[in-house]
Amino acid sequence: MSDVLGNPTLPPDASDSLAVLEKSRSTAETFGIPLAVLLEITHRCPLQCPYCSNPVELDRSGKELTTEEWKKVLSELAEIGVLQVHFSGGEPTARKDLVELVKHASDVGLYTNLITSAVLLTRERLSELADAGLCHVQISFQGVEEGLADRVGGYRGGHRKKLEVAKWTRELDLPLTVNAVMHRQNLHQLPEIIQMSVDLDADRLEVANVQYYGWALKNRAALMPTVAQLDECTRIVEEARERLKGRLTIDYVVPDYYALRPKKCMGGWGRQFFNISPAGKVLPCHAAESITGLDFESVRSNHSIAWIWQNSDAFNRYRGTGWMKEPCKTCEFREIDFGGCRCQAFALTGDAANTDPACALSPLHETIFKQAEREAEGDTNRFIYRNFAGGTLESENGA
Amino acid sequence: MAGPRHISVSEASRPVLPRHAKLKYDETRKVWVILAPERVLAPDEIAVEVLQLCDGERNVGDVSDQLAAKYAAPREAILADVIVMLQDLADKGFLTEAREKTS
Repeated sequence: MSDVLGNPTLPPDASDSLAVLEKSRSTAETFGIPLAVLLEITHRCPLQCPYCSNPVELDRSGKELTTEEWKKVLSELAEIGVLQVHFSGGEPTARKDLVELVKHASDVGLYTNLITSAVLLTRERLSELADAGLCHVQISFQGVEEGLADRVGGYRGGHRKKLEVAKWTRELDLPLTVNAVMHRQNLHQLPEIIQMSVDLDADRLEVANVQYYGWALKNRAALMPTVAQLDECTRIVEEARERLKGRLTIDYVVPDYYALRPKKCMGGWGRQFFNISPAGKVLPCHAAESITGLDFESVRSNHSIAWIWQNSDAFNRYRGTGWMKEPCKTCEFREIDFGGCRCQAFALTGDAANTDPACALSPLHETIFKQAEREAEGDTNRFIYRNFAGGTLESENGA
Repeated sequence: MAGPRHISVSEASRPVLPRHAKLKYDETRKVWVILAPERVLAPDEIAVEVLQLCDGERNVGDVSDQLAAKYAAPREAILADVIVMLQDLADKGFLTEAREKTS
């Protein structure tokens, strides 16, 4: 899932705008319901990617919302004006009721995207999903050949299966997005990943450099690219965008460590995005639970989703600019990037209200940038695999 | 399967939105939208009217005839505008062409 969910308004001919229709760009008192919502319906996943965007503390299956609870959530989302949902995880196809949930989402008028690792899908199940009204499939790839890709995912045979499912997706006339999460150990394969996407007849490719919180932060030394690698990556993306115009759309997310200005994370906290965790927590971002001291409301509470979005403390805590400290408080960019990423600020400084150290104006920027550079030049390549046990170090000879 | 991916819109084309691009009236925001993979497009009023007529039966010429009659406007000007609008949508991958009927 990329962070570039678009502009804060929905202009005519919006090219990338899963955004909320806001009346003005000011620190509006009220925020319209987002156009799209990410549903992390389970944290269970057969893959163990070391940069997984799920929190380090995963929800066990016993805590997951039931089929009826998810259906109620879907109906409520449609009613309050959400237009698209992304079924994600963990691995959403690990839920036995996925077809039923997609069907229900379609019945209440939601546009449905599936964000999947693909390895659990059969052709029959994919076909059932299509019949249930599924509109779009996004498949993650960890590399371009099975040696590296299966090692990164920690799942043997995964890459081959993904290629097969991508083919079925197009045979069923579903649009396909290839999601490629990039880092030091696979960036050299980028040109081939672009070609693979064309060969698979994908409409979109997300070249998403790892964002370093949660699992990825644990694995930063094994994943952080060098500045030279990143410059080359940008050059390759720009060249491919030009060459493949009209055939393949390429969305590009850079790792913010090497940027001078922080990203406008989630379009600004509580401005245009929320997600729902397997256990039903309504979150301003999929990593938000990593910030301690915030109390996130659940769809199982007495409150409606609209109420939680508008009024809950967790959403209002970092909305707008009133919460800011210096240097954000008086910064001319404060309503452009909203101080960057709250989760990253918390993870690296211990206070989510601090300036995201990705920003060159943060007093910690220099230290962190130098550290990342050192790690990128280092030879720590072993992964800590993501799992319910809090992570497992890759053995010396891989896997 | 839908029609060919990258189509060239002409007077004889019989375009239709593919199944993954859905034209819908958004009751909450009181605007028409086209829902597409990870995108929400906001078509203007004319585009909405054109797309509502693009049912895979009518060709672009028929659509232009109807609009010319409705707005008492020169057909050729309307036809040119309709083709530009639809081609733009097609270039973004959000338009397909109906196949010849087999029955």
